[in-house]
Amino acid sequence: MSNAAALNGEDFNPMTEGLRDGQRLSLDVTRLGVWDSYLMIALIDVMRRCHDRHIGVDTSGLPKGMAALLELSSRVPERTDAIKGVAHRAWLERLGESARSVWLDGFFLTQFIGESATSMVALITGRARFRPIDLWLQIQACGPSALPIVTLISLLVGLILAFVGAVQLALFGAELYMADLVSLGMTREMGALMTAIIMAGRSGAAFAAQMGTMNVNLEISALRVMGFTASDFLVLPRMLALILVMPFLGLYADLMGIIGGGIVAISFFDIPLTQFIQRTSESVHLTDFFIGLFKCSLFGVLIALAGCFRGIQCGRSASAVGEAATSAVVTSIVFIVVADSVVTLICHRLGI
Amino acid sequence: MRTMNRTDSVITVQDLTLAYGDIVIQKALNFEVRRGDIFVIMGGSGCGKSTLLMHLIGLQKPLHGDIFYGKERLWGVSSEQREQLLRKVGVLFQSGALLSSMTLAENIALPLAEFTALSKKEIDQTVSYKLALVGLAGFEGYYPSEISGGMQKRAGLARAMALDPEILYFDEPSAGLDPISAQLLDELIQSLRDSLGATIIMVTHELASIFAIGTHSIFLDSEAKTAIAFGSPDQLLKTSQDPRVLNFLTRGHPERAGQGVRHE
Ligand SMILES: Nc1ncnc2c1ncn2[C@@H]1O[C@H](COP(=O)(O)OP(=O)(O)OP(=O)(O)O)[C@@H](O)[C@H]1O
Ligand SMILES: [Mg+2]
Repeated sequence: MSNAAALNGEDFNPMTEGLRDGQRLSLDVTRLGVWDSYLMIALIDVMRRCHDRHIGVDTSGLPKGMAALLELSSRVPERTDAIKGVAHRAWLERLGESARSVWLDGFFLTQFIGESATSMVALITGRARFRPIDLWLQIQACGPSALPIVTLISLLVGLILAFVGAVQLALFGAELYMADLVSLGMTREMGALMTAIIMAGRSGAAFAAQMGTMNVNLEISALRVMGFTASDFLVLPRMLALILVMPFLGLYADLMGIIGGGIVAISFFDIPLTQFIQRTSESVHLTDFFIGLFKCSLFGVLIALAGCFRGIQCGRSASAVGEAATSAVVTSIVFIVVADSVVTLICHRLGI
Repeated sequence: MRTMNRTDSVITVQDLTLAYGDIVIQKALNFEVRRGDIFVIMGGSGCGKSTLLMHLIGLQKPLHGDIFYGKERLWGVSSEQREQLLRKVGVLFQSGALLSSMTLAENIALPLAEFTALSKKEIDQTVSYKLALVGLAGFEGYYPSEISGGMQKRAGLARAMALDPEILYFDEPSAGLDPISAQLLDELIQSLRDSLGATIIMVTHELASIFAIGTHSIFLDSEAKTAIAFGSPDQLLKTSQDPRVLNFLTRGHPERAGQGVRHE
């Protein structure tokens, strides 16, 4: 073992190959200079090989530190039942497994929705256990601080609607009707939809990350032991906050969108302000507002559900928290768009 | 193994099997905890002590077997009944598990505000008193992230005893504490038992505190996947023949078993 610089496990192979049963391997390191963990790994390998072939190894020639390390590394036997196999699985098995996980996901989601509904009932009957201050904190986090981004997005969406509409309407010389298009489009659809998508990205992701981290830290377990349920203590304030805040944000988004449309109408298509306002107030009815506001609250519930569900489901690692936040946003947006289509369809059928 | 007599026991564990999925961690656990015991759960790292605790406090459902609080079953009843049973239980988790978005005072006040009729002022006083007991007087306004690991442990302890529960579970209360704090903690645990008549079940590796305050114990082994010794720690040290138990109780020097390993 003199030329330690170039030693690795393979170099020892020939040494052990030549040995026969009953022989002993004696290690002599008198000329060894500097050594590190690689030598230890190689030695452990040699010793295991010899052990398998019932060849005794004489370690008395090793320096004291090395012998001690060798002894330490073998003192606690390997837990064979603890080794996780990274078994290769056939595609059919993987397919089945993903189908099963989708099914389980749906099952847990239903269960979660049931629990949240129970908490809502508990809230109405005054038995829900949560801190009112948490509700205020959530309202603050979801509402006022979302105003800047809602302003920007809805102003621009109003602007875009106005442009796209006006170009088409100009073909008939009916540019004035862009006021109808923008105001109806914003109040019935885009105001609620854009607000919901913004809130899914802001609050939905935040809920999932908060609850996911609480899960990692066992905070949710601690709450359960203290007699609080996650659905009362954590989900309820978040859901209520969104239900309360979303209609206001939606209304505000409507207003901003109409202002955006007005800017386009006045500055690019020379429509007088008074006329724009008049067309807007004639075309939009209170029902349109209410439909928009109802959608906002509905989306609020869906965002809170998706965010909290992904958070509670979260595994116990940093990457799991990241995944929870991502899938909270994806789930909320899917929920929002599906719910929006359903509501629009129902409104169409009912003629409102 | 002690005889099964469910009348005077606070907690009875019958034929309990603990598992994650289908990986069994411990099986065939049978023991009982009597009122006023300081019951120590011992065993090597990773043998399933925390897992056993999670089962005892109803956070994980056993694969097999049952747990009784007094005469009431913990599993196989509705979750409301389970919650009712666990109302008299306080828990310190291995990681502290304080709510990170709340100050220490808010953390401790949480159960007080919900489950007692105390006024705001009385709650504040109780919070300060409990924090003072664990040596954290004056830290009311700190967030868990602003204090050290050992301090979080102690704050968790203060929260566990907020409601003066009849049964206290501590998962490694003295891990991360300096010898003096650990000694104070032992005294605190003992006086909780003596003054409030609390029953204490704790997981600990701290030999000094095992011998100083433990009245009963159970030794879990990860190879055998079950409990391999029962009894008071002192008695185990004197009479146990099992090298695994002796090694644990003597820090790997069983030959010194007779000569006072008890670190005063
Ligand atoms: N969430 C989990 N999923 C799967 N296995 C787990 C999980 N948590 C723990 N285990 C396994 O259960 C065993 C027991 O873990 P546990 O945390 O109860 O050990 P412990 O006795 O408390 O150890 P320590 O003294 O180090 O705290 C370990 O071997 C671990 O691999
Ligand atoms: Mg543990």
